Amino acid sequence: MLVLALDTATPTLVAGLANWSQDGATEVLAERAVPSGTRHAELLTPAIAGVLADAGLTMGNLEAVVTGLGPGPFTGLRVGVVTAAALADARGLPVIGVCSLDAIGSGARTVVTDARRKEIYWATYAADGSRLTGPAVDKPADVTLPEPAVGDPAFAERLGIAVASADVTTAGLVRAAAAQLADPSSAGPLVPLYLRRPDATPPTAIKAVTRA
Amino acid sequence: MPEEPLVLGFETSCDETGVGLVRGRTLLADALATSMAEHERFGGVVPEIASRAHLEAMVPTVHRALAEAGATVDDVDAIAVTSGPGLTGALLVGVAAAKAYALALGKPLYGVNHLAAHVAVDELQHGPLAEPSIALLVSGGHSSLLLVPDLARHVESLGRTVDDAAGEAFDKVARVLGMPFPGGPPIDRAAREGDPSAIAFPRGLTGPRDAPYDFSFSGLKTAVARWVEARERAGEPVPVADVAASFQEAVADVLTAKAVRACRDHGVDHLVLGGGVAANSRLRALAEERCGKAGIVLRVPSPKLCTDNGAMVAALGSRLVAAGVAPSAPDLGADSSLPIETVSR
Ligand SMILES: [Zn+2]
Repeated sequence: MLVLALDTATPTLVAGLANWSQDGATEVLAERAVPSGTRHAELLTPAIAGVLADAGLTMGNLEAVVTGLGPGPFTGLRVGVVTAAALADARGLPVIGVCSLDAIGSGARTVVTDARRKEIYWATYAADGSRLTGPAVDKPADVTLPEPAVGDPAFAERLGIAVASADVTTAGLVRAAAAQLADPSSAGPLVPLYLRRPDATPPTAIKAVTRA
Repeated sequence: MPEEPLVLGFETSCDETGVGLVRGRTLLADALATSMAEHERFGGVVPEIASRAHLEAMVPTVHRALAEAGATVDDVDAIAVTSGPGLTGALLVGVAAAKAYALALGKPLYGVNHLAAHVAVDELQHGPLAEPSIALLVSGGHSSLLLVPDLARHVESLGRTVDDAAGEAFDKVARVLGMPFPGGPPIDRAAREGDPSAIAFPRGLTGPRDAPYDFSFSGLKTAVARWVEARERAGEPVPVADVAASFQEAVADVLTAKAVRACRDHGVDHLVLGGGVAANSRLRALAEERCGKAGIVLRVPSPKLCTDNGAMVAALGSRLVAAGVAPSAPDLGADSSLPIETVSR
């Protein structure tokens, strides 16, 4: 099954093509990891066109779309999710959302990414790769996380543990989607893992208008 | 490209998720989802709430538009999307979706200016735009006076608000009067029972040395609030209908006077209204009266097409295709403060 995998939950957007088979074997045919910062919307569709060209394939060859649902900075995260939803809708393909942290590293580990506002997104995993806790958002000082840890090394000092640099990968996204790829009807709706409520404060005083 | 291409238009610059389908100048579908109710208790649009709602509504709204038009996604010849101005996070949901549909279908994509789309939508109801036209666009997000020599390629800004948008003033005055958000409809309703000359509220930027086509509504809004507070402090009842009518009259007076003056100064005899505030009954009536006297042809789209929607974006896209304008580059993004001079990018 030819799978297009996308993720925009971190400052590095990922677009990849992989052949996935029921026995669990995944062959990555092409992958682009673009350090796109806040330019996910500009650079994601060119990256998708790029991996198709790299693999000598076209849109018509795709059989499924997998996308990271975060957690990650909201604006960039939505770019990947809506892109996956629209691509799949236009081509009549199944679309599967996975937790982006599941696609970073492998085996027993803690995964840590930048949640901004001096906070981290994190999750922990068992040796077989299944998620034990998370995804969650916290201040580094408020959590005690087990080693080994992978993800964004910028938080190593504040967490008091070593964090090996690792990013979302195509292979990781496809691995995290395996159960739904085997049975696409089991895929849930594409709801981002926001983990935080929207910033919105109701106006306090009705008459604030003359003081504003 | 067929002679009358089917254009799919996306609009997500504020709180409305709009998807429209236009063939040539014929409106086929105008599907809309709105997060208005979720913003109500905040008294204004909360960007993050709007962006979340756009994502949820996007694909279902495309389906509704296609069903309304009796078309399938494979029938689409070109795609247009609002690339700015607007709320960045909200714009990006539409831009990313439009780019994905364009890539998946192998069709050209046009990133367009939201304000120019407000002008283009009138072509769906009243036929080809007279060029040049003057356009007055007033809503909760914008208040602009434009000169439109060529809608596909050349639009000039004559003036804009220096502080609040006209629609914002309606929202804030409505709050002062204890009316719900958005403030336009309840003020319009209340004003019908009131006397528009009861209170002389200030007309911003109408002095001889003021910029002739710029607007200011902040002073007006504050004047209304002060007037109401003074009444309340004195323990007197607030004549809500008179306040609403007098406030509305001040807004409509300034907007129409400046629009008619722009027509006269530039030798233009067509005026197009657009934006949510163009649904205001007093603004429409006064514009008709003054345009009639000045020999100006007034064109106002129906209220549903005046507010933000996907059809207006499809209408401008259709116009761009017909004019042979080049599609957008693959790295199209959103620009929250896209200048009006940039009709498409
Ligand atoms: Zn608008």
